[in-house]
Amino acid sequence: MLLANFAILVLAGFVGYLVISKVPNTLHTPLMSGTNAIHGIVLLGGLVVLGSGADGVLNKVLLVTAITFGMINVVGGFLVTDRMLGMFKSKRDPAERER
Amino acid sequence: MNWLTEPSLQGSLYILAFALIIYGLMGMTGPRTAVRGNWIAAGGMGLAVVATLLSGMADAWLIVLGLVLGTVIGVPAARKVKMTAMPQMVALFNGVGGGAVALIAWVEYRQYDGFAEQPLHVSLATLFAALVGSISFWGSLVAFGKLQEILASRPLTLGLAHRPLTVLVFLAGLGCAVGNPLGIRSELLIIGVLVFAALFAVLMVLPIGGADMPVVISLLNAFTGLSAAAMGLALDNTALIVAGMIVGASGSILTNLMAKAMNRSVPAIVAGGFGGTASAG
Repeated sequence: MLLANFAILVLAGFVGYLVISKVPNTLHTPLMSGTNAIHGIVLLGGLVVLGSGADGVLNKVLLVTAITFGMINVVGGFLVTDRMLGMFKSKRDPAERER
Repeated sequence: MNWLTEPSLQGSLYILAFALIIYGLMGMTGPRTAVRGNWIAAGGMGLAVVATLLSGMADAWLIVLGLVLGTVIGVPAARKVKMTAMPQMVALFNGVGGGAVALIAWVEYRQYDGFAEQPLHVSLATLFAALVGSISFWGSLVAFGKLQEILASRPLTLGLAHRPLTVLVFLAGLGCAVGNPLGIRSELLIIGVLVFAALFAVLMVLPIGGADMPVVISLLNAFTGLSAAAMGLALDNTALIVAGMIVGASGSILTNLMAKAMNRSVPAIVAGGFGGTASAG
């Protein structure tokens, strides 16, 4: 199980590297914001640990906080990225039409 | 409804979810496909959440509470923030992600009594996640404070003692993290990891000037991704490993590219505040 997970880890690392290596300078900031939203996937970690039964009040409070944090990361991240890209488009569109 | 809780269903949905996330991310590297790519990635994320919930959840109300709270706080924050305040908002969102990792790692440590009966890799991965997650959380908070001008955006240092102190605090955090696999089970250990990592992050980001902040945020973004991947290894959760590692790798490349676009190097920026290279505040 561990080895299979390590294999997935290494391959995912290469995917991340290859996807980003050709990005134009102008898209750096929205792309950072987009990957920022994606690591909000830690939300799943909170769901799994709380969902499989946590005991004690402190543990539950910490996990609900973690889920809240993760959810803020996900929804906030994707919305902010969309707004950034929206600004982009209104600037870019005329130029694209000219071509 | 037994088939809904089948682990292979969850596994299949995870595969579909991260395929969507990767495809969406690929779209985000071109100006024309970026908006659509962003929403495809968001769809993949939604699918991953649904797939996780399918396996049956204890404390369902608490889970709903967390999800609702996160939405209620996150959506208005993202909608209302001014375009000029975007970088600090991204820093804040990145920070809470790192904070989530650190908190989950802490709870895992408490639940398993310091991993006395867990395999070594669970202990190592969780402590790594705690260390890096905490760095990411506190580092992002300082970055937010500087960009929001709650803290001075010029480099702040404690003078000559700053650099040795930063290294010392990091070594202390690392020392705490190594203590657990060596057999110390006290909860103080993980608290030590979290606190020293926090101090290190504050000392690391304070001396960095405002102009270099986007690169630092990108670096912390990559950190959060790595910590999420480590958490995935500890929890044996493929979706966390894949998405976390993709962000870890792409974030590192992106940090480099951003630094290069500014004619700077990442080490120079991180060390820059120590009076090495002058950085525009």
